[in-house]
Amino acid sequence: MTDDEAGSPAAAPVPAPHAGGEAGSPASSTDGRAGASARTDGASPLPGQGEAGASAAEWVKSERQVRREAELRARSRRSATVATASTVLAAVVLVVAVTASPGWPRVQETFLNPGAFAEALPDVLRGFLLNIKIFLIAEVLILILGLLVALVRGLRSPVFFPLRALAVLYTDVFRGVPVILLVYLVGFGVPALQLQGAPSDPVTLGIIALVLSYGSYVAEVFRSGIESVHPSQRAAARSLALTHGQTMRHVVLPQAVRRVVPPLLNDFASLQKDSALVAVLGPLESLRQAQIHAASSFNYTPYLTSALLFIALTVPMARFTDHLAARTARRRTGGGTI
Amino acid sequence: MSLLTIDGVWKQYHDHSVLRGIDLEVAPHEVVCLIGASGSGKSTLLRCVNLLETIDDGAIFLDDAEITDVRADPDEVRKRIGMVFQSYNLFPHMTVLDNITLAPRRVHGVRPREAEEQARELLDRFGLSDKAGEYPDRLSGGQQQRVAVIRAVATQPRLLLLDEVTSALDPALVTEVLGVIRELKDAGMTMILATHEMGFARDIADTVCFLDGGVLLERGSPEQIFTAPEHPRTREFLQRILEARRM
Ligand SMILES: Nc1ncnc2c1ncn2[C@@H]1O[C@H](COP(=O)(O)OP(=O)(O)OP(=O)(O)O)[C@@H](O)[C@H]1O
Ligand SMILES: [Mg+2]
Repeated sequence: MTDDEAGSPAAAPVPAPHAGGEAGSPASSTDGRAGASARTDGASPLPGQGEAGASAAEWVKSERQVRREAELRARSRRSATVATASTVLAAVVLVVAVTASPGWPRVQETFLNPGAFAEALPDVLRGFLLNIKIFLIAEVLILILGLLVALVRGLRSPVFFPLRALAVLYTDVFRGVPVILLVYLVGFGVPALQLQGAPSDPVTLGIIALVLSYGSYVAEVFRSGIESVHPSQRAAARSLALTHGQTMRHVVLPQAVRRVVPPLLNDFASLQKDSALVAVLGPLESLRQAQIHAASSFNYTPYLTSALLFIALTVPMARFTDHLAARTARRRTGGGTI
Repeated sequence: MSLLTIDGVWKQYHDHSVLRGIDLEVAPHEVVCLIGASGSGKSTLLRCVNLLETIDDGAIFLDDAEITDVRADPDEVRKRIGMVFQSYNLFPHMTVLDNITLAPRRVHGVRPREAEEQARELLDRFGLSDKAGEYPDRLSGGQQQRVAVIRAVATQPRLLLLDEVTSALDPALVTEVLGVIRELKDAGMTMILATHEMGFARDIADTVCFLDGGVLLERGSPEQIFTAPEHPRTREFLQRILEARRM
């Protein structure tokens, strides 16, 4: 088993007779004693190229490096100062310009009324909890539906042709219909059918409409993620005798899902807003509460209250998405061959 | 009795014949090297044997059973054949250990504990015992390719196919991968390898086959092919490689 000669078969001239049995493998000769030895062996014909010299001396920061770092620090302090100053200036200019404009007192009265804000806040906030409930439930269902549709579209067997056709039809149709229209159709249309066992609760109907609409988007997101996994990954999995299903589950999907997290979060930010569309069906969610308050006080501040709540939720989500996207980008450029 | 028999295999891509009636027999424990210019069909032949491509004519037999029979289950066939790719194709989201144990566990029903033990044994044998928990992108190319070889043999295949497993590697890293292959030969593994490493082919092969434009032009012992090639095309090919080396 062992082979004690050393040498590189790669370097052997071809038809010329070569000296002895070459290609002693470091792996087999050191047998189990780490790939590191194999690599240094391989690199040894290039003297003076290794990192061996680096370990000899203790690293003390040179004068030059100390000065360089001080300069970098100073520079970053300077840019922070500049950024702060220009932001403050821009804010002041904006506030002055807006408050000095002729319509401002009326705008302030109608949209920025502290009394109306305080009065509406408890109800609007309570309504907002319903929004949260709606989109949390919807998100889970959307993920399931989207993934199923994407998987069905990836099936190759002719047996599944009708399913596949159905999946295509579904994404085509539901991506084309405006969400608000779908909410009306499902919310008022389904109860009108008077089917046995069909849901009549407006919240449930609203969730169904949102799921149907967003499911088609998310299915496409999943599908693009699945297709972005290189075919060689599939070939490797199939060559290990994994079935199509096993290949999907263990090799393709885990990679695909990681890649589509940022666009998925993007869709979900948009879903959070669209949960307000359920208001047209009448349940007392945030927008509906704001509407009620606005109608009774002839003041639009409650709408702003509701808007602020939505912003408070989507902004952190958007930052998180950015963070994830940036991390993925760093990974991509930061190394790895696949 | 031969372990693998390739009988008159044709493969077309669109209107272009990539394999033109290939015949080849591989005996148990035999190591066959496929050499030939780029585009001569080496990879395609290996992919056909592994049923990653469907052939257009002819037949392939493994242990005397036809694997290209349309009623045969490709997954059952692939269970007995391992394959290593030029670009490693490790699964980047899994650790080295998970890469290796995936097929034993999911396909061959080996218990997780047992699969892990076997994987660690193999890693140990090929000098990678400290890399078990590492992700592929943290390994050097040579280490990745060695893991890929281990992954392919972890299921104890009857036949191992290696497709230019060193051509993506730095010369310094080639040696360690070839060492692994040599050790597999010594352990009696039957292998077909497509390679551009003529020195290695000469050294390890029992039989060398020269492919040219999808035709198996010449086969013989390494001695015969490399020192006294019969066919002018073979001579030309070897000459070209020799000249490229000199430059
Ligand atoms: N999927 C494909 N579709 C169309 N043509 C293909 C496909 N795969 C390979 N070919 C063609 O088949 C021929 C043989 O390719 P193959 O990859 O088998 O060559 P090879 O001998 O492995 O070459 P190399 O040494 O460069 O790897 C080439 O002409 C190539 O263009
Ligand atoms: Mg090839």
